[in-house]
Amino acid sequence: MSTETDTQTEKPVVLELKNLQTHFFTDMGVARSVDGVSYKVHEGQTLGVVGESGCGKSVTALSIMGLIPRPPGKIVGGEILFEGRDLTKLTEAELRKIRGKEIAMIFQEPMTSLNPVYTVGDQIMEMMLNHEDITELEARERAIKLLEEVGIPSPEERVDNYPHNMSGGMRQRVMIAMSLACSPKLLLADEPTTALDVTIQAQILDLMNKLQKERNTAIVMITHDLGVVAETCDHVVVMYAGHVAEKADVFSLFENPCHPYTIALFKSIPDLVGKGGRLFTIDGMVPSAYNFPEGCRFQARCPFATEQCNTKPPMEEVEPEHFVACHHWREAKAYYAKEDAKEDAQQVEQEGAE
Amino acid sequence: MSTDSNNSTPMLQVRGLKKYFPIYKGLFRSLKGTVKAVDDLSFDLHAKETLGIVGESGCGKTTVGRSLLRLIEPTDGEAHFMGKDIFQLGASELRSFRKNMQIIFQDPYSSLNPRMTIGSIIGDALELHGIAQGDDKFEMSKELLVKVGLQASYINRYPHEFSGGQRQRIGIARAVALHPSFVVCDEAVSALDVSVQAQVINLLQDLQDEYDLSYMFIAHDLSVVKHISDRIAVMYLGRIVELSECDELYKKPLHPYTQALLSAIPEPKPRRKKDRIILRGEVPNPINPPKGCHFHPRCPIATAQCKIGTPPVLREVGPGHSVACHLV
Repeated sequence: MSTETDTQTEKPVVLELKNLQTHFFTDMGVARSVDGVSYKVHEGQTLGVVGESGCGKSVTALSIMGLIPRPPGKIVGGEILFEGRDLTKLTEAELRKIRGKEIAMIFQEPMTSLNPVYTVGDQIMEMMLNHEDITELEARERAIKLLEEVGIPSPEERVDNYPHNMSGGMRQRVMIAMSLACSPKLLLADEPTTALDVTIQAQILDLMNKLQKERNTAIVMITHDLGVVAETCDHVVVMYAGHVAEKADVFSLFENPCHPYTIALFKSIPDLVGKGGRLFTIDGMVPSAYNFPEGCRFQARCPFATEQCNTKPPMEEVEPEHFVACHHWREAKAYYAKEDAKEDAQQVEQEGAE
Repeated sequence: MSTDSNNSTPMLQVRGLKKYFPIYKGLFRSLKGTVKAVDDLSFDLHAKETLGIVGESGCGKTTVGRSLLRLIEPTDGEAHFMGKDIFQLGASELRSFRKNMQIIFQDPYSSLNPRMTIGSIIGDALELHGIAQGDDKFEMSKELLVKVGLQASYINRYPHEFSGGQRQRIGIARAVALHPSFVVCDEAVSALDVSVQAQVINLLQDLQDEYDLSYMFIAHDLSVVKHISDRIAVMYLGRIVELSECDELYKKPLHPYTQALLSAIPEPKPRRKKDRIILRGEVPNPINPPKGCHFHPRCPIATAQCKIGTPPVLREVGPGHSVACHLV
């Protein structure tokens, strides 16, 4: 168990990233995909990492797993502390002992992340046979039990199925069974439900939640779906272009978003309650990883940007355990508060007229 | 968006649309069954209206859109549009008819020809339909690019030089180039990031106002569909199970499948914990759908009546609100 304890939540810290920097050195230049990311994950809790494509959320996860292709990728700075040990300093052989056993990962694509020429049973058993001293028969028994636990009907037969015999939702269940085979302390879930239908997504999230409660696993949930974050996460990190824009517990982030990017992101999702009208948009698009601007990386799309934004904004504590990296978050908040008030007033007027 | 469109005669009337895909197996490719991808679908689409079509993968929503444009040949049915039955048109007639109906595809990465410049992707449609040639064509293509929020100077570039959102704008420019009155948006914003998705949805709505377009908006993201649609059809295994005005559907879903589908949407509100209906099992195989109501094996309220006979038919239960369920 961890030696560190966070005073706020009283739960031990399983994973801590300190100023992690993962860069890719390619012919086109240096892509600073992850550039100074810090966060903590506590035992039995879920940390959500949100952001648009290219913000570095998956590269962060791959860095933790030690799965960054080298070259061109390289962890150029920072620490990945897993139960006090810095994973960036370990050799490949030492990492292999941890990977799969202590830290497991669920990938986005259940269609492509299973090996099509092995049965699902073999793939689940491989994990156990590699990491634990058990016989093949015992491993098979445990694989069947795991399949049952993740809700696959008639697991005794399904264990000998190949991935192509299964639907997307079933394959994702197999992925989960595989990742849980050695009861890891930390589970990295990279968009685990993005490729699934909404009713199947509900089943899978429910399952992950149940298994987390039983096993007290720490989960890093990487997603772009703010709905999934709201329903599953305890803490949230919002990433933009390789930087952390804002981090907080899920309630303060959703009720009191402070970074102009976070606010805009929330405003641009179509609402299930409200109706019609124009959606709020963020002008422009995410800059390319090869030429991120100096300082704040959101400045080109930010209506509040000034010259000051050319220097990297520090992490400021807005309220306890709620951090934002923006020079102008106060202005942004004040501005959007006024806008919202105006909109509400208009709506009341409209309703009155009707 | 229109509100009074329901009173006018529908612009597109679809009756009994069926699309069965045969399955051939074995050495002699003998017929082993059929996939009833779309089974007996009837609905109307009014002018300037957006009809949302939602459902899980494999429910046939894409097949509906493609058969209406005759990109795949329907097995049976009628689709009356501008006084003609789309399904009866001959090859040359169909080609000129396509001016009136267009499609925006899901994947902006694979739906644009990588060897064609943006100018020819948009301009070819204009030329083939005899609308413009040469310099005129060039100018019109540029205008269209500006209209969808891109720079006119992009006209000589190739698709790989653009981001996903920009490519989707190019796909939209191509679709509206011929001033169609009916556009099928097949998961048109599904592949885009949230902030870019909002831009493209706004663009679609602006174009609808400007060109008086009718959209058939096919998507699996229920909050996007709600935002953009006037009416929504919910599909399950090739059939419409519920069809209603947008607000009514979300406030008062009647079919148990619609109820489960709506309750499964994760909402970006951490304090609101919903009583979620979690469906058991998965969408059954459409080659061999369950007898009776196709939904009964997953339905929380199914009775003996649901397990036998033919699937329940879509019937009107309130003004503009139809449901296919024995128990409603």
